[in-house]
Formats: sequence, structure tokens, C-alpha cells
Amino acid sequence: MVTLKELPKEEYFYPGHVACTGCGAVIAIRLAQKALGPKTVFVIPACCSSVLHSAFPFSAFATPCLNIAFEAAAAAASGVVSAYETRGLKNITVLAWAGDGGTVDIGLQALSGAAERGTNFIYVCYDNEAYGNTGFQRSGSSPFGSRTTTTPTGKREHKKDVPMIMAAHGIPYVATACVSYPLDFVAKLRKAKEMVGTKYIQVLTPCPPGWRYSTEKTIEMGRLAVQTGIWALYEIEHGRFKLNPPSSTLTDKTKRKPIEEYLKEQGRFNQLAPEDVSELKRWIDETWEKYKRLQLNNQTNIS
Amino acid sequence: MTQVIVETGNRVAGLACKAARAKVIAAYPITPQTTVVEQIAELVEGGKMDAQYIRVESEHSAMAACIGAAVGGARTFTATSAHGLALMHEMLHWASAARLPIVMAVVNRAMGPPWNIWADFSDSLSQRDTGWIQFYCADNQEIFDTIIQAYKLCEDKRVFMPAMVCFEGFILSHTSMPIKIPDQKEIDDFLPPYNPPWLLDVDNPVTHGSIVYPEWYMEFRYFMYEAMENARKLIPEIDKEYGKRFGFKYGGHVEKYRCEDADLIILSMGTIGSEAKLAVDNLRHRGHKVGAARVRVFRPFPNDEIVNLTKNAQMLTIIDRQVSYGMEGPLHTEVKASLYSNQDSPLTTGFIAGLGGRDVTVQDIERMVEKSFKYLQAGKVEKEVEWVGLRE
Repeated sequence: MVTLKELPKEEYFYPGHVACTGCGAVIAIRLAQKALGPKTVFVIPACCSSVLHSAFPFSAFATPCLNIAFEAAAAAASGVVSAYETRGLKNITVLAWAGDGGTVDIGLQALSGAAERGTNFIYVCYDNEAYGNTGFQRSGSSPFGSRTTTTPTGKREHKKDVPMIMAAHGIPYVATACVSYPLDFVAKLRKAKEMVGTKYIQVLTPCPPGWRYSTEKTIEMGRLAVQTGIWALYEIEHGRFKLNPPSSTLTDKTKRKPIEEYLKEQGRFNQLAPEDVSELKRWIDETWEKYKRLQLNNQTNIS
Repeated sequence: MTQVIVETGNRVAGLACKAARAKVIAAYPITPQTTVVEQIAELVEGGKMDAQYIRVESEHSAMAACIGAAVGGARTFTATSAHGLALMHEMLHWASAARLPIVMAVVNRAMGPPWNIWADFSDSLSQRDTGWIQFYCADNQEIFDTIIQAYKLCEDKRVFMPAMVCFEGFILSHTSMPIKIPDQKEIDDFLPPYNPPWLLDVDNPVTHGSIVYPEWYMEFRYFMYEAMENARKLIPEIDKEYGKRFGFKYGGHVEKYRCEDADLIILSMGTIGSEAKLAVDNLRHRGHKVGAARVRVFRPFPNDEIVNLTKNAQMLTIIDRQVSYGMEGPLHTEVKASLYSNQDSPLTTGFIAGLGGRDVTVQDIERMVEKSFKYLQAGKVEKEVEWVGLRE
């Protein structure tokens, strides 16, 4: 396990970026840069990160970055990887860094293609559960019941389970993380960096203006997401599923905080009817039954 | 040592990619381009080509991967046709605006529906304004030579733009012709290794393609405009140098045939330009003073060459293998635009022919010319746009 002391003091994400106050994605970027170091190349499609990190002629990034079209992060990263390989460049981490829209919706095809080809890169989906950059429209990653600008009465479908879709590709490493558990996220990035092949990490990044909570509560929101079990921390290493702390202690339903504690803090859920809350609870329980089965079967390779 | 081989247009394109020492190829198969990528796969897997072939899952990803590879420091190549090119559209803009010298073979094919896998220029001419240099070839030797020349041009620091090398599906892609492949060492002398002025480099961390506000955006676009103007100047120079080294010259932007004293000039692109030469010989034999000019480069468009070429002509017969709905053939439009500010311009008439792979024969071209001569005699063009060989 990584300790706080081990994190490099060097900053690769400078002041001057234009993110919203309390942005979870910014915390994630800063941690990723510290975890992976300066020999990391970002490939960023259209998303919050693409507009917040630089505006010509300035950039807040101390690591090189290629901005690319919305659906193209994984494909462009494949090209960078191949170029470096043909040039004989070693020890450079190619990191595709995309939002949930650019990953679970419009970019899924390119991501699936890159994973199937075994492209040697890390793909991080920072998940704020909507199209944040364009004003918080629904994505395939938005949770059931959440209000977005294109689901003004609340989304009627559940969150798409992309980490499991990626695991089904048989890639060496899939993990989930949350910015409220920074050392877990850093450890997972470092593990991914040491592996060859496609590594996929989906990190939950709470979003104050989209989720509609007060800007100082980003870390608290992420914690509540994990503690209530609506988001879980796990990793699937060479097909073996493992829950990570604190999620590993939450397979017993009674250990999980009531979902209402999470929902009541966020304006995006304030129109939920009691039956919607019941449906979310049912979904959380069902998801955890799946995790339990995977835990039990972790001797067998799920992919 | 120079080799003489007999090969199809597609396989020649693959051999040109190898001869240019492209290091990263990202492409998705589509008819009639398929044998280009099959050839490259064979060469790479057979250890005959030191490159990586990324077998992407779509053409959109093909161009995205080429962009990543080019900015990552590798010479890149791809190939596509029709719907594949249309799917790439967004990334075509990205490649040119990111100023990356990617070279792509476009094996021209009609757009559907209805499905049609045969030749016309509706695919590449629809991409006119994406900032790509566009070459059009008339035989397999020209495909090879143009791909090598395209890298030379695109990687010139005054240009740094991408290029399409277009040739018609089946007519060239699947037709074998003898071609000469120059000695590899001489090609290497002509085309030194890729040395880009900007790179995605951990030792020089730069953000590529960040947001640019209105107060700067126009300057970036002006640089692209300027690069295309530089390309316009360099195309004949590179053609000349290539000709001196390897013996093949194409006249720069426009290949001219018996145009000097011609009253009427046939303007066309691609293989119709080869047929037009035969039509010229036949018509000259019958006493008509006719010439043919084949536009090899559609972007940058050779405005000045068109003006100079047509100075002494009284009539231009313009054949388009594509139509711009609501207007006319794109070559027709561009030629007229080039001539507009010129006094005493010749009369023009446009023919739409050969869409979706329909044959355009020498006799068809002769009939177009005869009709054009009637307009010239009458001093008036009765029909500005005519579709050739339509069923009644």
C-alpha cells in the first residue's frame, strides 16, 4: 500500500487551470500525475479535462498532452504507443484520460478496439456521471433517478457497468477507484503502470455543479458513494476479482450506510419518489450480490 | 536497383508505403481498398517491412491512430474508400489542423445508397475543405510516384499538411500494369527520415491542440492557408526533382497533352484524363485542334495553371466524375472560378460522366467534344451541365 509520505512532492498540475471549485476530476488528475510521474503522456478527448487544463497559449500541465476528438482517445493513444514502440522509446506511460461520456458512450468502440488489440496503455475514465463539460446532460454512466439537463425528471435507466465490460475483454487489469480514497487510486495507477497490455481504471469524481452539492463536500460525497455501496472499490487482476477497503468490508448489507444519506446531500436526487429510492436500493443489493459471487469465485478467472 | 514489376494499383500503393518507410500504418478494410491493407499486413508480418500495422476497428479510429502516431514521431500511412473516408471526416479536419503530414491512399468509390463499390470521386471531393492536399492519379506508376512525392511535400516544414493520393477503384486498384520501382537507396536519398518540428515528447512537455479563443483562432487557420500556398509552389518543384532522379514527370499540377495550339481543351481528372488523350489523337486525326489537360492536384487548386493553359483556347470541355447537387461538377466550378477574373476567357461546358463506375469511353469523350464544338460555332453554350449516357 502506498502511504501519503511516499507521494512525490513535485506538482505536475500547476495553478491556473479553469476547473470549477471543488472539482473531483482535478483531484484525480493531480493524483494520477503524482502516481505516474513526468514520463507520462496524456491523451485527452473532449471532456471537462480538455477545457480546464489549458487555454492557448497557457497550459497547467507539466506532462505532455495530446487533445483529441470526443470518441477517439483510445485510438489516438494506440497511435502514440505504436509510434513510441517503433522509435524504440521505453518507459513512457501512455495514459488516455477521458470522461464518462467519452468512455462509456461515444468512445466505447475505440476503447473496446484498443483493449481487444492489447494496446499497451492505461485508460482512465474519470466518472462524474454525466456530460459535465456541456452542462451536465445524461450519460450511460448517470445513475438511476439522477436529474440531468436531459433527464429533467430523473433518469429511468441504471448506470452502465463499463468496468465489467472491460473485464470481459480479458485485459490484465481493471479497477475502480474514487478520489476520496487517494492512496487506493494511486496504488492502482502504479500497479497498472507496471503491467503490460491494456489497463482500465474508472475513478469516481464527484462534481459539485452537476451533482448539486456544496463545493467543500467533494471528498465527503465520494466517501458516501463508497460507504453506501452505490460505488464500490475493486480490482480485477488477470481476471481475479477483489474488493478493496473499505468496500471489502461492505458485503454484509447491514454494514453499508443507508443510501438516503448519499441522496439527500445532492440536488440531482431531490425529486426522487419513494419507489425510485426503493429501485435504487434493489439495484445496489443486486450489484453487491454480484460482487459477492465474484469474490467467492475469485479462484476462477471471470474473463 | 530499379525493378520492373507488373502489379495492381492497390499493391503498388502498398509498395510505395513500404518504399517510403512508413513506420505506423492504421487502417480498416473497405472495398475496393482492401488489397492495400492486405499487402501491408503481408509485408509487416513477413518481416519485409519494418513497421507496425494497427488493425483498428473503424476508419475513424484509423485516422485517430495516425494522428497519435504522427505526433508521436512516426511516419504514418493509411488507406480507405468511400464510406470509410466519410466516417473519417472529423479526424481529417483534426489531422490537417494539428498540422500532421499523414499520407493516405484514397481508392475512389461512389457513396451509397444505393450500394455501389465502383469508381467516382464523390468520396474524396466531398472532403475538399478539410485541409488535405489532394492528388489524383491516372496510372499505377503515378500512384507509386505520387505517394513518395506526397511524403516529400507534406513533410516539408513550409507545408506540414496531410495529403490524399486518390485513384479510381477497380479501374486502377485492381488492374495490373507494369511499373518501375526505383532503387531503395535512391528513394531514401530523396526522402530522408521523418523529422517533425513538433512532437509529443516527455522531455519537452507541450499541450497539443488546447482550446484557442477567438482572438487567436484565425491565426491558426491563416497558417494552414499559407501552408497550402507553399504547397502550391512546391508541387511542381518536387515533381521536377523526382523526374530528374527517377525519370517520371507529371507536369506538376496539370498534365498537358497537345494543348499548345488547341482551340478546345478537355479538362478532367484521373483515368478519364488518359482516355481523353486517345480522344485528342482521334479528333486531331479528323482535323480538330484539340488538347487534353488532366488536373492532378485538386487542392491546392492550380488556378494560375488553368489560366495559362487556356489562354489561347476558345472552348473548354470539362468532365466531372462527381456532381455537387444543386450546382454542377466540382472541377467545372473550380475551373470557372479560376477564369473569372481573366478577360477573354474561353467558353466552358460541363459533362457529368462515369458515376458509380459507369464506363467513360474514348467515343463518349469524342461526342462531348463534338457537342462542345457546336456550342463554340454557335457562340453560345446551350447546356452548361449535361449528364452523359443517361438512360432515356
